[in-house]
Amino acid sequence: MAFEELGINAAPLPGAMPAFHARIDASELHAMCEKARSQKARLVTLWGSDETTRGGGYALHLALAFPSGLLWLSVPLDRGHPHYPGIANIYPSADRMQRAAYDLVGIHAQENPDHRKWLRHGAWPGGVFPLRKDFDIANCFPPAEDHYPFIKVEGEGVHEIPVGPVHAGTIEPGHFRFTVVGEKILRLEERFGYKHKGIEKRFETMTLEEGARLAGRISGDSTVAYAWAYAMAVEGATGGTEPPRRALALRGILLELERVANHLGDIGYLGNDVALSFGFFQFWRLKEDLLRLNSQLFGHRYLMDMIVPGGVARDLSKREADLLLDRLEKVRGEVATLKSIYDEHAGAQDRFIMTGQVLPELAEKMGLTGFAGRASGIRHDLRVDYSIPPYQQLKVQLASHTRGDVAARVSVRFDELAESIRLIQALVQQLPSGDIRVPLVDAVSGRCGVGWVEGWRGEILIALEAGENHRIHRCHAHDPSWQNWPALQHAVIGNIVPDFPLINKSFNLSYSGHDL
Amino acid sequence: MYQLLKQIAKTGIKTEEAPLADETLRVLQQRLQEGILKHLGRALAIRHVDAGSCNGCELEIHATNSPYYNLERLGIKFVASPRHADMLLVTGPVSRHMETALKRTYEATPDPKLVVAIGDCGCDGGIFGESYASCGRVANVIPVDVAVPGCPPTPLAIMQGILAAIKSQS
Repeated sequence: MAFEELGINAAPLPGAMPAFHARIDASELHAMCEKARSQKARLVTLWGSDETTRGGGYALHLALAFPSGLLWLSVPLDRGHPHYPGIANIYPSADRMQRAAYDLVGIHAQENPDHRKWLRHGAWPGGVFPLRKDFDIANCFPPAEDHYPFIKVEGEGVHEIPVGPVHAGTIEPGHFRFTVVGEKILRLEERFGYKHKGIEKRFETMTLEEGARLAGRISGDSTVAYAWAYAMAVEGATGGTEPPRRALALRGILLELERVANHLGDIGYLGNDVALSFGFFQFWRLKEDLLRLNSQLFGHRYLMDMIVPGGVARDLSKREADLLLDRLEKVRGEVATLKSIYDEHAGAQDRFIMTGQVLPELAEKMGLTGFAGRASGIRHDLRVDYSIPPYQQLKVQLASHTRGDVAARVSVRFDELAESIRLIQALVQQLPSGDIRVPLVDAVSGRCGVGWVEGWRGEILIALEAGENHRIHRCHAHDPSWQNWPALQHAVIGNIVPDFPLINKSFNLSYSGHDL
Repeated sequence: MYQLLKQIAKTGIKTEEAPLADETLRVLQQRLQEGILKHLGRALAIRHVDAGSCNGCELEIHATNSPYYNLERLGIKFVASPRHADMLLVTGPVSRHMETALKRTYEATPDPKLVVAIGDCGCDGGIFGESYASCGRVANVIPVDVAVPGCPPTPLAIMQGILAAIKSQS
């Protein structure tokens, strides 16, 4: 069928989210992206694949978000010299993704201004590509130095502060290279890839069922969102396995519980970062209460492995549902009290307001996503944009702000916290009866599936292609941090170094989900 | 300010009783002398190193500082530099890209020192295992005294592991 926005033929992909797949030629890529950008389509992700075992060469893939759904474009590339015209001049967020696709698959983005490696440090040499099919996952190389060429900034009074990969707090590893003049940040350059542990290659050693557990461990704080996206992709790739309505409602409850837990924890830490340790202790008390409730109701504090392809692993009894409603009502009341304390605390607001600003125009250009995007005027939320079960009858309220500073991100988080509690309560009250899991339809090799879920941080996407014997041919996982990390580099400019932890925490981006 | 003080008074003290050391988590014989353990048991400085985790274990390490567990009341606190630390709390399968950083952090920690590996991945590589990108368990890279399994281990289990590491074996 025709994908009207671009005037090309695209095949609808089976699955919960509206998604379409089309093949285009590399020579059409630029014009297609220009056209998509002019229609305000967002670049969700970009990745590469090795098709040589199927008689092809390599392929570039990209996923674009249009109002009518997700468009997955595949671009076949030459086996001998796999290259394509880079699109970072159209979508700046493509830059790092293109560099990662080169490091892992060896497909080359031409005319890209930045040719430095990205996910590769010293674990494997240049010219070796782990996601190629002839590369054995057990292949080990002697460790080598990274030698990453950071951009040098020079001038009178300018000096550098290198931070990481081992940070001063309990945080994931990454490197931040600050250029400062006095206390002010002139420039920040990020370096990631420290946590690369071969997740996408590991998927290719697994069956579609086994992959669920790995998907739930791509980024521990978003385990529900990843597990749901993965399950959705498998359900699509098996020709449209339809989970029961009760399972979908339970998935909604789990995802919103994850959102509530993360916002509670982060709002607490944001208090701590502005010397309001009261906030940390109060919000972490509420978070711990919720984690214990999760453990009691679902057997896991972070709800890992609850969402499985075909449905969910655990049901909620009437008595448990009542307990959940009762506890959430208490959390809602406590959060309202704490919000008024935060709002009226002059010291906290003084640190929050106008700190780490990303204005809407820049946010749009960089493709800022998730709650951080919404705090900068990017009014997108998959739960609102594509109203699929279980959200379609709930009229999810989109939280947004336009100032794009720490205060705006705190405000959006508070709003989403309250909204998620309302959604869980509505889902629990209208929980359909019936099964919680159906068997998977048999997968056909070569069939694609997409999972696309609004996690607490932003849009998480899983693009899956089934291989022979129910195995995984290629599984690409995308974290919203890919879009938001580059925006953080802009958010800190002109701020003082001591405000960096506060600004960073207000986004709370994933390293593991990014490094894969 | 009134609201804030009222909330503190209303909340009361939430801290629960501290757990005991779980000695089954020990993987290496106690390396430290009695006299040192006596001090560490009352003032232990921990440097956390995420060597490649999914960030799940970090969530539970954070939780050990929440009011329910309040690790600091036991004289155990997290410090910002390995040079100030007595113990490294290491999570993750060690990614090959973190191998050097972990070794350097270990070397930067003054003797006598202890290492506690956290989580299934830290104990045996977990679901990520060993590969072109992952060295697997923490003990493949630096010596480990105590290993706490779990995906992720609960805050109580983490505390039991830390306490086991500073407990005398005699």
